[in-house]
Amino acid sequence: MALPEFTYLRPGTLDEALSMAAAHSGDAKFLAGGQTLIPILSMRLARPAALIDLGRLAELEYIRIEDGELRIGALTRHRAVAENEEVRAACPLLTAAVSQIGHAHIRNRGTLGGSVAHADPSAEYPLAITVLGGRIEMASAEGRRSLPAGEFFLGPLFSALGPEELVTGVAIPLPDPRAGWSFREMVQRSGDFALVSVAVLLKLEDGLVQEVAIGVGGATSIPMRMAAAEAALVGRAPTVEVIREAAAAAAAEVDPTDDIHASAEYRRNIARVMVRDALLEAVGRVGA
Amino acid sequence: MKQMETVQVRIQVNGTMHEVAIAPNRLLADFLREDLALTGTKIGCGQGICGCCTVLVDGAPAKACLMLAAQVDGCAVRTVEDLDRNGALTPVQQAFVECGAVQCGFCIPGMIMTAEALLDENPDPSETEIREALANNICRCTGYVKIVEAVAAAAKKR
Repeated sequence: MALPEFTYLRPGTLDEALSMAAAHSGDAKFLAGGQTLIPILSMRLARPAALIDLGRLAELEYIRIEDGELRIGALTRHRAVAENEEVRAACPLLTAAVSQIGHAHIRNRGTLGGSVAHADPSAEYPLAITVLGGRIEMASAEGRRSLPAGEFFLGPLFSALGPEELVTGVAIPLPDPRAGWSFREMVQRSGDFALVSVAVLLKLEDGLVQEVAIGVGGATSIPMRMAAAEAALVGRAPTVEVIREAAAAAAAEVDPTDDIHASAEYRRNIARVMVRDALLEAVGRVGA
Repeated sequence: MKQMETVQVRIQVNGTMHEVAIAPNRLLADFLREDLALTGTKIGCGQGICGCCTVLVDGAPAKACLMLAAQVDGCAVRTVEDLDRNGALTPVQQAFVECGAVQCGFCIPGMIMTAEALLDENPDPSETEIREALANNICRCTGYVKIVEAVAAAAKKR
């Protein structure tokens, strides 16, 4: 469907982009890959006065491993992250997550910044960044700041990002190379939004769970850490019975709603099954 | 409402450079179909789900209904019309004909563009890889079997 009209701006630098956003007092939207924003405009779910096309900001396209962190710029396309061998070696959970975003055509254009700014609770990046303990970096004409994922994602399609603020990138602490991991999604058709998604990062010491992060998306209003499930595991051997206990705790913690794709009860049960499967998979991947 | 300011773009389409002033809210799909009369690219869902609008942008398949024409300023776009440039069908196109992969035809340009891009990158895909690539494109007629066969047959011929 033809898009509504807007003033179209093409900044050449980040500072230009931020000035333009400030000049429009929050009635401008940033255009990155467009895989989410274009359909939103097409369906008239948003009618910004201006569109700021970030396509020329090469400075926001980067994948770097430095100071014990994986840093990815907001304009980095999903495909570039999914195919990056350094990312796969350092953070296979992220590779698995990004590889499951939509379909290949979407991954050719979509960007990290777009996914993070949209804050869909069933999206891959928000869940992966939450479980990996990453920080979201933002900028506006007023300055720069960053927030941990838990303080950035506030509700369904709702984040701490201000109306004139731009996500510039994420910084993810490199996980322990011996950590086991899992990233799984339940979809009815390949490429669908996840009904339920689960991410797990897990460290064992002397056969006991030393550290574990369990995150669930899709059955929650934000990508959510399962604190009770995590507590049920720490200091214990990850036997099938213990894992079942943790999965049951997660099922009690999620807050799904009924919608046309699935009932709350269904999502809650799927969350339980998937947390169990993800924990088993992560344990199997723990390195020496 | 005041008229939107146009934006100047240089877009290469099927080997021809187009330097035009366009409305910034013009979708690439509409630009190709209406401004350039390249109606091989279809618009199905308008939401980036069905894949009928699949084109190649700098060699990589993308959905033309999810892009502003302005976003491909400086890029090279290829549509289905570019495939039989010399009057001969490509192996992919020929295989679709020979395998009986076409019914109503609406999804076919998108399917073929996806298949061409797949085989450019992965000349010997497994059936799973073919199915994964074609997951970008919906077909309501065929049930996909002949389409998958056609892509596999084309891979052997290329």
